[in-house]
Amino acid sequence: MQTQLETFETNLGSVRTGVTRTSPAAFQDVLGDVIDEPAIGAPIPFAELSLEGTGVVLEPTPDQLREATCGVTAAALGVADYGTVVLESTPAGAELAGLFPDRHVVVVRERDLVADMAAAFERLGERFRDGNDDAVLATGPSATADMGDLVHGVHGPRETHAVIVEDAAE
Amino acid sequence: MATDRSRTADRIRRIMAAEGDSVERNTRGFNEGRYDSVDRLEEYDAYKDRARAIKEDAIERLPELIERVRETVEENGGTVYLADDAADANRYVRELARERAAETVVKSKSMTTEEIDLNEALDAEGCDVWETDLGEFVLQVADEAPSHLVAPAIHQSREEIAALFNEYFDPDMELETAEELTAFAREYLGDRIENADIGVTGANFVTADTGTMALVTSEGNARKTVAVPDTHVAVAGVEKIVPTFEDLQPFVELIARSGTGQDITSYVSLFSPPVATPPVDFDDDGPIADDPADRDFHLVLLDNGRMDMREDDQLRETLYCIRCGACSNSCANFQSVGGHAFGGETYSGGIATGWEAGVHGRESADDFNDLCTGCSRCVNQCPVKIDIPWINTVVRDRRNRGAEDGQLDFLVEGLTPDEEPAGMDLQKRFFGNFATLAKLGSATAPVSNWVADTLPSRLAMERVLGVDRRRDLPEFERETFVEWFRNRDVPRPVDADYHAVVYPDLYTNYIRTDRGKATVRTLEALGVAVEVPEVASSGRAPLSQGMIATAEDHAREVSANLEPYLEAGYDVVAVEPSDLAMFRGEYERLLDERRSETIAERSYEVFEYVYGLLENGVDPASLSGADDAGGAGSALAYHSHCQQRTLELEAYTTDVLERLGYDVVTSDVECCGMAGSFGYKSEYYELSVDVGERLKEQFEMPEAADRTVVASGTSCLEQLDGLLARRPRHPISLVAPDGSE
Repeated sequence: MQTQLETFETNLGSVRTGVTRTSPAAFQDVLGDVIDEPAIGAPIPFAELSLEGTGVVLEPTPDQLREATCGVTAAALGVADYGTVVLESTPAGAELAGLFPDRHVVVVRERDLVADMAAAFERLGERFRDGNDDAVLATGPSATADMGDLVHGVHGPRETHAVIVEDAAE
Repeated sequence: MATDRSRTADRIRRIMAAEGDSVERNTRGFNEGRYDSVDRLEEYDAYKDRARAIKEDAIERLPELIERVRETVEENGGTVYLADDAADANRYVRELARERAAETVVKSKSMTTEEIDLNEALDAEGCDVWETDLGEFVLQVADEAPSHLVAPAIHQSREEIAALFNEYFDPDMELETAEELTAFAREYLGDRIENADIGVTGANFVTADTGTMALVTSEGNARKTVAVPDTHVAVAGVEKIVPTFEDLQPFVELIARSGTGQDITSYVSLFSPPVATPPVDFDDDGPIADDPADRDFHLVLLDNGRMDMREDDQLRETLYCIRCGACSNSCANFQSVGGHAFGGETYSGGIATGWEAGVHGRESADDFNDLCTGCSRCVNQCPVKIDIPWINTVVRDRRNRGAEDGQLDFLVEGLTPDEEPAGMDLQKRFFGNFATLAKLGSATAPVSNWVADTLPSRLAMERVLGVDRRRDLPEFERETFVEWFRNRDVPRPVDADYHAVVYPDLYTNYIRTDRGKATVRTLEALGVAVEVPEVASSGRAPLSQGMIATAEDHAREVSANLEPYLEAGYDVVAVEPSDLAMFRGEYERLLDERRSETIAERSYEVFEYVYGLLENGVDPASLSGADDAGGAGSALAYHSHCQQRTLELEAYTTDVLERLGYDVVTSDVECCGMAGSFGYKSEYYELSVDVGERLKEQFEMPEAADRTVVASGTSCLEQLDGLLARRPRHPISLVAPDGSE
């Protein structure tokens, strides 16, 4: 029997998303391994994690947005059954950082995983009514088959990678 | 008339040749994906029920929900405009573009803006409008209309797109691969998005309680269209509203699976505009986050006939449609011709009839309405369980009633004792009154068969009635099935456990009496007391032609004929699946509830009935097994019937055959392409054969090539007979005692 975390990892793999599992302490080191520079991002809204000092530009200009190879943003939730991450829009431009660069690195906390869409929508309903009312359910990289074959990286990222931060041992 | 028919045939032939291969490859890919994907979804049926219930409720409460959306969107800081029609919606968006002095407008895919021709309106305002969805972009460059709800450029191959782009854009390097084409489009459209003044999207769903638009996409263009320009206009039909945010969940589970066979699309965007993301001014050097959040959002809710559809008992279900395209993908005819033949001004595929009739007026559905053969394969594929064939039948009926007075009606006078208006298409009346023709043909057989088959007759039938001379006509038997039964000298069992009426449908009674006789022998061998009384024809033939009043007449007669037997405890066994489908499905719409329920509950398909007997412990030893001398051999290739599959009855036939030792392979193509009268009509004959080719190919594969071909439906048998060298049989003729008859 797979744990929820393992299910999530398996499904991320089947939607072409790379996975790195880490701890809060090792987060910044691990991040260095999975980003390509120039990287932009949006502040990670989790107290134990930060992008400060990682070389990720947190307040990009339009030019930096256009030139960035990699974007780093946080996910509010991960949906194990689908390998989906929930990306919220923020005034700091998290939506832009996760959309424009070729590679999107998304940071998900183990504690924010839910089993399925039903659970995700329950959580999202609360968040939407509390005012966090823009989100994208993102599953794998952007894709199209409109040009005759499946191609990844159309208007959105070509590659997606999830950094899963395990819950600290109590 | 004859010239219209040949014009229609020409048009279908042309589209089949130009677009058929791409459409077939893509739709069948989607379709197979859908079967796999819904198989993986444990609660598929429960989700469909929920989705249906949400839509029923939302449309019921629509006026209230529109007001709720207005409140929530305005609370969020946006504006809602309720547009009466296309002109009203376009005027509103044009004025907005004028106020913004908008030069560039970028759009993400939206059928609703196609419906109102928004691009033309914005062009007239001097805006440069760009479609950012790659499929729509291809069509914009090619100056073509979408041919599919979800995959608008499905009819174009990669080679054709490459040729188009190379000619239109004259790039430095010739574009060839899908990667190159995509990269080119990404860069080209990326520039337009960066400079856009307004972003236009549709909305797959709008939630009343949170004012959220749900956009289901995979490319990311909708996200950029919303995020980059500071003005966002969403255009959505009023029917897109669902009451609550949580109501989105079943649709998120269903929409991609139903459409393209993916479990989920790459992105399901849930935006409650104006969105929190800062707009991007690519001419500015400062950090984006410092931009003032002066976003402007307008939701244009479009009526354009929808509120009238809501009042229309027959068209209302159309409003439940979530535009997934499953009806198109699962449609055998659509797989051959695509939406440029099977569609109207905007919408395409099975459900398009309802949309076109509702938003553009009935005439816009005229050209393609007949392409729905009523095979019903789409019914179970629809995630909100819309009875799409019924909508097509209703629109056909209304079209018949709107017909001009006919000049040639006297030609089929006497053959058309129906309830239909004068002037109705002769061909339809002819096929719709097949019961009368069969009666007459049988009474005068074999002379009628010889006369009908002479060249002058075939030419006249083709000219006046549009009966294609390349299709073999059914041959009427002189002694009907009912007469055979009446004249038979076989003692009836006195204390039988089971009593059944074998329903003498038109084909079994007049044309394929053998399968009726085989059914009687089979049931009697299993200890059933059988009756074959005179019962009216089911009404399937008139219904297929959109002659609802006539079909209703037939239904009432059938009900009256069967009533004494039903009261005496008889079950009804139907040989022809399309008639059983009438009893279980359409009768609900043609008869009062008590009558239709009784017939529905007490009718069985022949193998379903046999299966039930065997399950109840009846010994099958008296039936002909695979190893019996004089049999057909043990290896069978079985084609079930489309309506039989929709009713999920296919398994009963294969199960019984296998119990009797037969080795059965089955076809999995959607339909044989014949679907009753369709394959006889000269305008559709070639399409019918094209569809049939897929079945033929399966049965000519090495694993099926040497097998005895069996099929349950009359039209399937006729189609297979026309396509294959082997003569197909009804499976009951194999298992009946002395089954060689």
